[in-house]
This record gives sequence, C-alpha cells and structure tokens, in this order.
Amino acid sequence: MSGVNWTGISAIYRFELARFRRTLLTGLLVPVITTTLYFIVFGSAIGSRMSEVDGTPYAAFIVPGLIMLSMFTESIFNASFGIYMPKFTGTIYELQSAPVSAAEAVAAYVGAAATKSLSVGLVIFATAHLFVDVPVAHPLMMFGFMLLIAISFCLFGFILGIWAQSFEQLQIIPMLIIMPMTFLGGAFYSIHMLPEPWRSITLFNPIVYLISGFRWTFFGKGDVAIQFSMAFIAAMLLVCIGVISWMFKTGYRLKK
Amino acid sequence: MASILTVAGLTKVYASGFQALKRVDLSIEEGEIFALLGPNGAGKTTLISIICGLVNPSGGSVTVAGGDIIRDYRDTRSAIGLVPQELATDQFEKVIDTVRFSRGLFGKRRDDALVEKILRDLSLWDKKDNRIRELSGGMKRRVMIAKALSHEPRLLFLDEPTAGVDVELRRDMWKLIGALRQTGVTIVLTTHYIEEAEEMADRVGVINRGELLLVEEKRALMKKLGKKTLTVTLAEPIAQLPAELAGSAVALKDGGHAIEYVFDTHADRTGISGLLRQIGDLGIAYKDLDTRQSSLEDIFVSLVHQEKAA
Repeated sequence: MSGVNWTGISAIYRFELARFRRTLLTGLLVPVITTTLYFIVFGSAIGSRMSEVDGTPYAAFIVPGLIMLSMFTESIFNASFGIYMPKFTGTIYELQSAPVSAAEAVAAYVGAAATKSLSVGLVIFATAHLFVDVPVAHPLMMFGFMLLIAISFCLFGFILGIWAQSFEQLQIIPMLIIMPMTFLGGAFYSIHMLPEPWRSITLFNPIVYLISGFRWTFFGKGDVAIQFSMAFIAAMLLVCIGVISWMFKTGYRLKK
Repeated sequence: MASILTVAGLTKVYASGFQALKRVDLSIEEGEIFALLGPNGAGKTTLISIICGLVNPSGGSVTVAGGDIIRDYRDTRSAIGLVPQELATDQFEKVIDTVRFSRGLFGKRRDDALVEKILRDLSLWDKKDNRIRELSGGMKRRVMIAKALSHEPRLLFLDEPTAGVDVELRRDMWKLIGALRQTGVTIVLTTHYIEEAEEMADRVGVINRGELLLVEEKRALMKKLGKKTLTVTLAEPIAQLPAELAGSAVALKDGGHAIEYVFDTHADRTGISGLLRQIGDLGIAYKDLDTRQSSLEDIFVSLVHQEKAA
C-alpha cells in the first residue's frame, strides 16, 4: 500500500458520525433548547431593559457569543470523547495495529467531531433567527470562521482526550477553564462595557479574540481588530497540530 | 519455506524499568502454526504487541513479509491480523458494521461476499444485525476474530484465543484454526493450555521471563525431552518394593498394586527387559503392562523449573 489510506480515513469518519447519529435527537435538541433559554433570559427579560450595544440590539448582539459558547464546548467534548473512549474500552488496539498514519487518524477523528460541532453551530444560528433579526455582514467569513473554530477546538479536544486518564480529567478542562473564559471573554457583552483595569486584564483572555472576530463577521466591528483574531486562530491551529504530532511521535499516553 | 516473520535481538524495557523481553530471536515460516507457551508475565503479549505496532520496541528489529515494522508499517500491518487477549469491542455497534469497519480501516475496499463468508464460518451470520453488547463473551471473541480476518491477513496473531471460553467453543476454535491453515494463513498463538499447543501447533516456543528458552518442532520436542513411563500392574499387591528393584527410576504406586518405571525412549538400553526379567525372577506376577509418553505439559513444567533453579 502506498499514498494515503483514504478508505481507512473514511471508515473512521463514518464510524464517528454513526456514533453521533445514535444520539442525534439529544445532540441537536439540546443546543436548540439552550439557545431558546438564553433568548428568553438574556434576549427578552434582560435585553428589553438594555440599550443597544455598539449600535446593535442586545438580542442580536449575543448571537455570535452564543454560537461560540456552544461550539467551544461541543468541539471539545466530541473530539475528546472520540479518542478517549477507544482508549478506555481498549478498542484502540485496532487503530494502533492498522495501516493508518497519525495524520490520517487525526484528520478522520477531528474531521468527524468538527462536522458535528459545525452543524450544532448552524442549528443555533438558524434557531436565533426565530427570535431576532440577525444581520450578517460577511457571510463567507462567518462560515469560514465557524469552520476554523470547529477544527481548532476539535484538535484541542483530541489532545485532551489523549491526555486524560479519567472521565473527571476529561470534563475538567471544558467546565473549569473554557466555560468561564468564554463567559468572561465577552460572549454576552462588549469588553468596552468593562471599567479599567478589568478591560485591560480581559485582553489576556484568548477567547476574547475569537468571539470578537466572530462578532466582526456579523456586525462589521468587534472588540479588537479582526487581524488579531485571525492571527490568534492561526496560532491556535499551529500549536495544536504541533502538540499532536509530538504526541504521536513519542507515543505519549498512546504507546508503551 | 520462506520466513514470514523474523524477530532479531528484540528487547523491551518498560518505563517502569521492567525488562519484558531480552534479545529475542525468532523466525516463523509461512503457513505454519506456531504456539508460544509461557506462564503469566513471560513476555508473550509484549512480543505480539511490538510486532503489531501497539508497543514501541527498545531494541532489535522485526521484519514481516519482507518489510520492517517501523519503516514499512503500512505493508507489515496490512499483512497482520490481531486478536488481542482482552475482549474489547464497540458495544453499541452491529456485528456486521464493526467487521466492515475493520476492513475499511485496513484500507480494503468493501466486500460483502467476503464479510458474509467470514461471519458464516464463525457462526455469526445469524447475529449479524445484533448489537455487540447483546452477545455472550464467547460470541464477542468470535467477533474479534472476524474483525481480524476481515482484511485477509497473511499472518494472524491469536493472543490466548481460548482463555475463559467453554470447552465447546474451544473445540470450535481449534476447528477454525485448522480451517484457516488450509487457506494458507500463518498463525501464531499464545496459550496457557498445553493441550492446545499439542493439538494444533507445528512448532512450539517456550518463553519465560522475557527469554525464549527453546523453539522446536512439536514432535521433535516431545521426542527429545520425552520420557516414557512403564506401568506394571500386579496380580497381587505387594507391601514394599523388593530391594533388588530399588532405584531412582522405579517406584511402587497405587497402594502396592503397580510398579512404575520411568525411562528415556532414546537411551541405548531402556532397561525394560532387565526390569521385567527381575520381576519374573522375584516371582511377582503381573497382569498388565502400559507405557505412556509424557505430555508437552510435563516438558514445559520441567523447563520452567530448570530455569528457576539455575
């Protein structure tokens, strides 16, 4: 055999999608219900008492942050479970003994997880339209941004899944780090609304750059310049790919 | 015959410092059934895991079907099927899907006719649409074998294939392995059950504490190390062995009803005729004679014990 094992990649990709399909109802219903709840609480109850943020009605303003919040957690959960479960049940022996390269395995697992979180993002986007008019200034950029976010957070989740040695470790990063950072990263407010020194401190939160960039694709403006957001997401992709190749090269927590 | 697997100077030291393999050399011929015998922790699974790509070697080299397992991993892994010792299956998958998945994973085009044949041969066809979690342990083991065969390997590793399965399934497994050999597949199996090696293997290797103690044709091994036991069943029981007969190889057994004599089948003089003449001279009447070849198990136990003593 030479070249790329496309059949192998597609086998893993389809296996993972089949796993998602088994939980399709909850998988898509949960984001729809969550979005609806956020709209009732933030959009109607609180939003009606709030003025516009940066010239955008508050209910529309929170849509990009809402999509990002769900996509961050979905990507990490799906990708980390995808590789953690075979490790946990022992079925990973088959992947390790198969003529599949590290890059092929990552492409298949991350590709499948990213497909799912991208669909979740699009479902939330569609649900939001039921409640509020959401203008999209740069539709192509918006989709591209979602795609890159899905891929980079799935790569991050994949790393987490290899690193984790228990279910607790698997949950702790998304719940204790990513979730608070997203809330504090301006998912539901503009960081310009914060007083100093909090505004400057917040700039050390990497999530700020991602949410701001995504919001830019909707409203044409964000908390930071779009170039910073682009640079940040590129850096995140590179770092994750670097870490994963190191993990496979050394066999870190995969091979004894 | 050509060698399909060559292991040279293979060494493994785990991160804990435990040395699982000590410069193991081994060559497996295409088409043979090779049984690797050894007690728990002898290094059987480590050896297989390195060959299949699950564990990194610390030193030495492994060649499968002419390719190096690290440099040419795509070729070598395509040639290998692995059935590990632990039952590990995707509980929520259907039997037929999981077998198709394995074939795809190994880069082979979908082939429904072949998958059907494999499932039928393993008596799994009736269960093809069952979820794996609905199957019994023995059936799950068969699913794992079906997965390992799905990409038509030339070399099949069965790590403790009959550990924890009932007698009937074990018989089935033997039949299956016999049938596989007819198709030209080379089989390497590890086992605790000596009778399994005795029943099926062409050659036997004995491994203990990371060292391959010996590799030999099964028949030659049994001949070479084989002792025979002559049992003389007496007409009337005797209270004690007459002094004339006393020797390290002779013993009174069965409450004085039998005399047992252990001899080497390859010695110039086995001493049987001398013993029988002496018994006759002493006026002891006997009604039956029986000789028994020692089993692989006896050979194995004595080998492992010898090494412990050394």
